[in-house]
Amino acid sequence: MSKTVLKVDQVGMKFNLNSEKVDDLKDYIIKFLKHQLMYKEFWALKDVSFEVQQGERVGILGLNGAGKSTLLKVVAGVLKPTEGSVEIKGSIVPLLELGAGFDKQYTGRENIFLYGAMLGHSKEFIREKYEEIIEFSELGDFIDVPVKNYSSGMKSRLGFSIATVVEPDILILDEVLSVGDAKFRKKSEKKIMSMIEKNVTVLFVSHSLEQVRRVCNKAILLEKGHIIAQGEIEEVAAVYESKLL
Amino acid sequence: MRQVKNLMKYRFLLLELVKKDIKLKYRRSYLGIVWTLLEPLLTMIVLTVVFSGLYGKADHTFPVYILTGRLLYTFFANSTKAATKSIRSNAAMIKKVYVPKYIYPIATTLSNYVIFLISLVVLVIVSLVLGVYPTLYIVEAVVPLMIVLVMTVGVGLCLSTMAVFFRDMEYLWGVILTLVMYCSAIFYEPDRVLRQGYGWILDLNPLYAVIVNFRNAVFGHPLELFSLYYSAGFALATLLLGVFLFYRKQDKFILNI
Repeated sequence: MSKTVLKVDQVGMKFNLNSEKVDDLKDYIIKFLKHQLMYKEFWALKDVSFEVQQGERVGILGLNGAGKSTLLKVVAGVLKPTEGSVEIKGSIVPLLELGAGFDKQYTGRENIFLYGAMLGHSKEFIREKYEEIIEFSELGDFIDVPVKNYSSGMKSRLGFSIATVVEPDILILDEVLSVGDAKFRKKSEKKIMSMIEKNVTVLFVSHSLEQVRRVCNKAILLEKGHIIAQGEIEEVAAVYESKLL
Repeated sequence: MRQVKNLMKYRFLLLELVKKDIKLKYRRSYLGIVWTLLEPLLTMIVLTVVFSGLYGKADHTFPVYILTGRLLYTFFANSTKAATKSIRSNAAMIKKVYVPKYIYPIATTLSNYVIFLISLVVLVIVSLVLGVYPTLYIVEAVVPLMIVLVMTVGVGLCLSTMAVFFRDMEYLWGVILTLVMYCSAIFYEPDRVLRQGYGWILDLNPLYAVIVNFRNAVFGHPLELFSLYYSAGFALATLLLGVFLFYRKQDKFILNI
């Protein structure tokens, strides 16, 4: 029987939208004394519960502002939910905005170690996979150039190559299959597909319904922070399409 | 237990961040790491010329006196300033990848500590040249050097937490550091202050307490016990406060950066 690798239980995420941003001490004290520290509350996610079994590929659908990225960040551990809990079994690799962890003054070579360390890899592991990363990124001689001189495509390519060098139990993809040129896009999609074949669990966000259909077998539809449909991809996609009309 | 396991997992990242700080600090400068030694040496000469001229004194060991105070102060000032900014300057990473956040202020402090330890070479050379030879008491120097590290990590954790919510901290801390500098008897001898009845200012300053004992070790005197207990107590208290503040507030960081 398949086992549950991800369990999201009653998760809610609250943000305070200050009507005026207070970030200096004087304003804070004045407003505090006058009891004017008012926050507008905004629940980006509310009562979100679902389970993912090993090997499932779950597409997360929804319009802009539905809470898709917030949900992925909660699962990745970057955001701590205001209420509820997230249980994860196994290792997790988040591919959210590739290359965000790079240092601009560092060369590509140095960034491989830095970014790899950030993803929690050991030095030996990165050394071992080093050539593979450079080769996959197709950066060639640019690997010894500071990252500030890279194009955005080059940065994403390097980020993608570092992040996908491990085979995680859970892979989180946020619009990343649109990196680089058409050739690299094909290559990265092939890489993801080969990982999927090895029974990796995937959480996938994309605005392209066609892409989600191709990658996923399950889906969740979010609207204003609530789950309004979940289940087999075709059923949920039908609901989503009816929403778009 | 989970925290310890986490730290083990991320110790390579800590090492990488420390290395990055040091490498990037001197990259693209011609003299590179030599500046670690040259900078304190040059400032020492300036301070010596200015202050021994001012006081009309002819104590030939005065440069050693200045250097001991200044090196410790510079380490404390640079680390705490960098730690204050550490969360904000790493905002891009904090928003994207999960990494224990305390690693950022601690990495900047450690990289400054490594630079500080390297710059102690200047102190050794200047001391030998000016005839301040090490005695057995030099072993004591380890104690103030440990205390200042703990104190700096503690203060850095407090400041980095506060600066996330109040950016003013960055500027305010710069002013406070100037005050600390003048209250640390770096380039004057404390007798002057004591004679005027302001000795309590020095007594209150925990950084001065560290400097006093570091000087005692270098000049071959035993450690002064009041300063030892006071600075050690202060260091421990700030560390506990820093850890407490940081852990209570760290989940809110991402909403404010």
